[in-house]
Amino acid sequence: MKNKSLLLSLLSFSLLIILWAVFTHFGNFSDQVFPSPILVLNSAIELFNNGTLLQHVVASLYRVTVGFYLAVLLGIPLGIMLGRMTLVRQLVNPIIQFLRPISPLAWIPLAMLWFGIGDKPAIFLIFLSSFFPLVVATTMAVSSINPVYFHVASNFNFSQQEIIKKVIIPAILPEVLTALRLTIAIAWLVVVAAEMIAVQSGLGYLILDARNALRMDIVMVGMIVIGMIGVMLDLIMLRLAAIDSIAWNKES
Amino acid sequence: MGRILIQDVAKRYLNRRYNERTNDAHTTKKTITVLEHVSLEFQDGEMVCILGPSGCGKSTLLRMVAGFESATSGKILIDDQPVIEPSSDYIFVFQHNGLLPWMTVWENVELGLRHLNNEQEKTDTIQEYIDMVELEGFESYYPHQLSGGMQRRAELARAIVVNPELLIMDEPFSGLDFLTHLKMREEVVNMHQFIKKTIVVVTHDIDDALVMADRVVVMGNAPNNVVLDRKLDFPHPRNIEKVDGLRELRDELYLMLGVNYAV
Repeated sequence: MKNKSLLLSLLSFSLLIILWAVFTHFGNFSDQVFPSPILVLNSAIELFNNGTLLQHVVASLYRVTVGFYLAVLLGIPLGIMLGRMTLVRQLVNPIIQFLRPISPLAWIPLAMLWFGIGDKPAIFLIFLSSFFPLVVATTMAVSSINPVYFHVASNFNFSQQEIIKKVIIPAILPEVLTALRLTIAIAWLVVVAAEMIAVQSGLGYLILDARNALRMDIVMVGMIVIGMIGVMLDLIMLRLAAIDSIAWNKES
Repeated sequence: MGRILIQDVAKRYLNRRYNERTNDAHTTKKTITVLEHVSLEFQDGEMVCILGPSGCGKSTLLRMVAGFESATSGKILIDDQPVIEPSSDYIFVFQHNGLLPWMTVWENVELGLRHLNNEQEKTDTIQEYIDMVELEGFESYYPHQLSGGMQRRAELARAIVVNPELLIMDEPFSGLDFLTHLKMREEVVNMHQFIKKTIVVVTHDIDDALVMADRVVVMGNAPNNVVLDRKLDFPHPRNIEKVDGLRELRDELYLMLGVNYAV
């Protein structure tokens, strides 16, 4: 079954590339407007061989990693706190609900003013894009924990620390992992946008720079690499979510 | 040890109903009395079965005995000590999902022994109780990988491994298929004769009470919560059809619970 779905996705990608090749071959487009797959492949190999591609990928992944981890480190504990303490939740939640729908991109002017040029504003934007969804998802996951588990915990004299470590965290893990999966996709979307403004490296910068040089082949290389890394990040999260002790809520 | 005294216990809830028209959650405050003047006494080592219609407060009473909820008025004493908070001396066996689903059978049974320093003793004890409920070979299984009956047995092992003074069971056989139900019931009776601790069971099933109980309590709605409190002095194992007195009691209980037992 798994082989079959892999085969089918390979087939659909091959069809897409063939369609693309046919389109550019007979379409009478200029290479500057719509480059052919061969041209894009050659540019990709060239960028890979001289090391620039890897350099940009590493720069983008670095920013996503730092921003995302900061969001996880702050957002999940805050979410647990909000989920447990009704009063704090009623106090803080309105602010979160207000800030949440503001696109991280709207923060770009302030981010540049506050953090200047370089990695910092980009990391800040990634952080913002991941932080709010994680807080909201964690809060909801905590407040929907079956009360029976807390009864069990008190019945066996769990300490506060044990309640967090042995009940709350494992109980919310499946939902939090789903949230992480959605969030990392958003973070990856945002990093590319952020890199078009404030930095001199990263896949977003590669695309912007190539556009200025009218190198659509390099733009497309950037897009393809972004897509591939996005799929990879998603697969890693899926793998995590399938571990037995994490996926305790799956149907038997 | 394990003597329970329930003295004039009442439980009232303030029902805050959401008022759609005024958008105010506090406009209709209505007190609901679940339990009123409940006084009962269970002896040490007794198997007590509590019967009653849904909503009569029997589960509430059970949760108060376990210390999960407090009484609005009145007192609950276990061995002359008032129940203030849950304790591993009184283990509650839940109706559904009582096992922590992210822990294996082994880890669940280990919960009550996690402060034990002697690793060898701990391992031996856990294995002994897992074997007792016939789950050897399933130690590293997660609850969702087990059948309903196996989950109940694992929870039972987790409960009795700490050697509690009192076991509290909320509809322990609900949701099990007919044969598993009968087998589990037999196991609980055998276990009770083995550990000789007080067990309080809430059930919907009259036959469960007749087969298991040393004392049957029938509950009704407030303010008349205790309808019947009777000692059952029959030897185990019991066959309802063949024991004089049990059949008559069954008819009586059915009538008491509002069913004319005929078929």
